[in-house]
Amino acid sequence: MNEMKTPLRRRLVNLAMQAVAVAAAFAAVAVLAIMVVSVAKRGAGAINLDFFTKSPHPFSFVPVPTGLANAFVGTAVIVGIATLMALPIGVLTAIYLNEFARRRIAFLIALALDVLNGVPAIVVGIFVFALVVTGHGQSALAGSFALAILMIPLIARATQETLALVPGSTREASLALGVSRWRTTLSIVLQQTIGGIVTGTTLAVARVAGETAPLLFTSSLVGDQLRADPRQALASVPLKIFEYSESPDPADHRQAWAAALVLIAFIMLASTVARALAARSRRKLGLTR
Amino acid sequence: MPVDYATRPVEPLAAIAPALPEPERREPVFDIRRLTARYGANAAIRDVSMEIHKNLVTAVIGPSGCGKSTFIRCLNRMNDLIPGFDAEGEILYHDVDLLGGDVDPVAVRRRIGMVFQRPNPFPKSIYDNVAFGLRVLGMKDSLDDRVEHALKRAALWDEVSKRLRSSALSLSGGQQQRLCIARAIAVEPDVVLLDEPASALDPIATSSIEDLMHELKRDYSFVIVTHNMQQAARVADMTAFFSLSQPDERGDRSGILIEYDATQKMFTAPSDKRTEDYVTGRFG
Repeated sequence: MNEMKTPLRRRLVNLAMQAVAVAAAFAAVAVLAIMVVSVAKRGAGAINLDFFTKSPHPFSFVPVPTGLANAFVGTAVIVGIATLMALPIGVLTAIYLNEFARRRIAFLIALALDVLNGVPAIVVGIFVFALVVTGHGQSALAGSFALAILMIPLIARATQETLALVPGSTREASLALGVSRWRTTLSIVLQQTIGGIVTGTTLAVARVAGETAPLLFTSSLVGDQLRADPRQALASVPLKIFEYSESPDPADHRQAWAAALVLIAFIMLASTVARALAARSRRKLGLTR
Repeated sequence: MPVDYATRPVEPLAAIAPALPEPERREPVFDIRRLTARYGANAAIRDVSMEIHKNLVTAVIGPSGCGKSTFIRCLNRMNDLIPGFDAEGEILYHDVDLLGGDVDPVAVRRRIGMVFQRPNPFPKSIYDNVAFGLRVLGMKDSLDDRVEHALKRAALWDEVSKRLRSSALSLSGGQQQRLCIARAIAVEPDVVLLDEPASALDPIATSSIEDLMHELKRDYSFVIVTHNMQQAARVADMTAFFSLSQPDERGDRSGILIEYDATQKMFTAPSDKRTEDYVTGRFG
């Protein structure tokens, strides 16, 4: 029965391939781990309540505890408004793509979304700068507009992927009752897709919360006051990191590391939540049982 | 005097069911004239003409690919959604041509319900599955009563009355299909189309669906597509036999109506040799 044994050479090749794959996977995880640890080591010391509740002192050489409240509020406002802009457009695009468009048009739209997704953020920034900022000046709204452009393809694709999972037989069941097409889409199809939409939106938020380039053009000329009016330019976390990292003051460096840590923590949290929501909505659709 | 169950003759279902009325007393629901349905260039069915009658069960039988499903999906304009689909001829439904340009397919489906091959409940609660159509179509008065009534008529109430709020997906296949029937009849259609409703079910679930049709045909007209000839013989008053035509000059074959008559005649004394071959199992 000797010829039935796996030849030694093949066993070695198998083993080697497996080892390389495992090593690659570990390397990917290690990059994240090393980054998180190094950011945490430098930034964790600066994180306290003041960091979130106080804004920078206008004269940075005055030794009082300060924080980046203005940047956190600014990022929340900018990303929040961007989400409000991108969510309906993204979801409706996905509905058109999956429910109504003819195959060729659907293909073109999907392609356009993929291209839009690949457009560098700085290009989107300069586009919005030319379109909105020139003449009107910087504002958080302009920043939101730029971020919304980045979010639309992410939300649309995520929604469309979930729409495609809704079985055609469910749509037929509703149509066969004499329910109109839009009502079927709204009450039956979309209702089953909400989990996927929330997941896609969460991932999109996590993605753009750290975008720097578009905001550089649209919402960067800011003071240190705490503001929330979107008609003015507002501070943002990524730009603060950028600004502080160039400062000569080591205290500012610490603040920058701390802001980076908060940003990474937020993105990791959002991604985890998004994954959990995705798993839950798949379970609800009865896809994993 | 005790009844001797062992020797008591069992009445065949046909003897209990109301007898098939004479041809001249049958009231038409559909009058189909020269219906040809195409997907792209290829005709799936060609020149089908037949009348379908009120309060009867009409079965459509025939080998795979002979256009049975295409045929009944024409009756509620369900094929409209398929790109490239086109139908010619007339489907007169109470004297209105359903293929007419000004006919709203949504209004057609409102009156002509459908139950599909695989149970397709919504991923909602049992209650909401039945209530959904009622709510959307504005039949919101005494919603609970309507839901209960529909579930009772679909012979499902006793099994689900205690758990109306649990997911419809937790039901067995047979229960799900009866739920789909309840959902279809809750909105009080005129006709119910069934596209091989029992093909995914076990024999017990199948027989409960067949009993239902006997029970419900007093109020509705049924058209059922079935692969199963015994099923047609058991449930249908009228049976239509579809088969494939000879290849045309391009070598394409279409589904055609071979014979349509009272079920009993179709299975005992068919006039067409092809029907006889099919029902006796020599072909198909």
